[in-house]
Amino acid sequence: MFGDFDTAVIFDNLHFLLEGMQLTLVLTVVAILGGLLLGTLLALARLSPFRVVSFCAGSYVNFFRSMPLILVIFWFYFMVPHIVGRPVGGFYSVLVAFVMFEAAYYCEIMRAGIQSVRKGQIYAGQALGLTYGQNMRYVVLPQAFRNMVPILMTQAIILFQDTSLVYVVGVKDFLVSADLVANRENRILEMFTTVALVYFVICLSGSLLVKRLQRKFAK
Amino acid sequence: MIELKNVSKWYDDFQVLDNCSTQVEKGEVVVVCGPSGSGKSTLIKCVNGLEPFQKGEVFVDTISVGDKETDLPKLRASIGMVFQNFELFPHISVAENIKLAQLKVLGRNEDEASKNALRLLERVGLADQADKHPAQLSGGQQQRVAIARALAMDPIAMLFDEPTSALDPEMINEVLDVMVELAKDGMTMMVVTHEMGFARRVANRVIFMDEGRIEEDCTKEEFFNTTRGERAQIFLSKILEH
Repeated sequence: MFGDFDTAVIFDNLHFLLEGMQLTLVLTVVAILGGLLLGTLLALARLSPFRVVSFCAGSYVNFFRSMPLILVIFWFYFMVPHIVGRPVGGFYSVLVAFVMFEAAYYCEIMRAGIQSVRKGQIYAGQALGLTYGQNMRYVVLPQAFRNMVPILMTQAIILFQDTSLVYVVGVKDFLVSADLVANRENRILEMFTTVALVYFVICLSGSLLVKRLQRKFAK
Repeated sequence: MIELKNVSKWYDDFQVLDNCSTQVEKGEVVVVCGPSGSGKSTLIKCVNGLEPFQKGEVFVDTISVGDKETDLPKLRASIGMVFQNFELFPHISVAENIKLAQLKVLGRNEDEASKNALRLLERVGLADQADKHPAQLSGGQQQRVAIARALAMDPIAMLFDEPTSALDPEMINEVLDVMVELAKDGMTMMVVTHEMGFARRVANRVIFMDEGRIEEDCTKEEFFNTTRGERAQIFLSKILEH
């Protein structure tokens, strides 16, 4: 079976595959940054003393955490063009889907991070005359973020893997590009082995980095 | 300068402050003592509104702390506070700790804030530690930085919440020395502490609290020399025994 394992097909299509990888990485990075930003705002809303605000944020989080990601991707793929009134293309619809979906998870991580900052630190900021917003920005969030770096990175690795679900709406990420090559060249074994290896190496490197960071933070 | 009128506070059904009234005049040093759980820390946190209270009034320089219209951040910026666990910000350097509120609250420029930070670090004897992070300093050094951070706001009064309780014995004096100097410079101070030596040296008045009530509120001389209530006597005999 492995006798005719042809690595040439990979190199012949390297450019095409790299374009797919580029889309995967762009999607991952934008989803992390957007999700983190929206998630942090949601976390602040969830911890708000105003019941209406915290209820809305809580509902958002619970809603998205109860949805399969694949459904969210489908839903945005078909709904976003309806909402903005024109076709937006698969890439932008999955971008929105990932940012909104990830925000729910980042919200919960940031909420735990904010709550991990000692009450005394908040008192100290207040006692110096910082407003609520200043206290969050300069005192609480930097510490919350630091405390959560390992978990945020673990979530980023999961997200990197999850981006392969854009397969269902035909956005040409790394996996879809490899699939196209595999079918065109009839080299299914070679391509999917390569895809598996690439995902494995990237995710394993990420996990090892998380472990090192955890050791460093534990000191 | 600071006036508390019939302040009461509850955590749910549990009353932590019971009808507390006292005042601190400009330049006065008032020591608040009492057994743990007597409400001392809560009382001092009511002065700058860190703890809300349900009944009574607190005035700082005629501004009502409990009034919803009061700009609390602005009021707090004018009162320095030092905490039991120092509460320096661990993610920024010592100098940045002292600069942060000067820049963001008082709107001073970088140059002015830096000069001020260095001058205050010199005053507490830590000028060479400016670029270190708080975790690299000993407890006593951290507390001196915390005092410098509070002084950087040019406060009209200083609140100390058990400033030496978390310190190893050999570091207590370096912090008390800074506080004694502050008192001698005429700073208005309200100090929650068990350090009766400090009280004897610089306090004008001593307040004794028990079960949320102010049981004694008298001059230092009266407190240490004349007969007091039974509870205060028991408390003093316990902490002065050794």
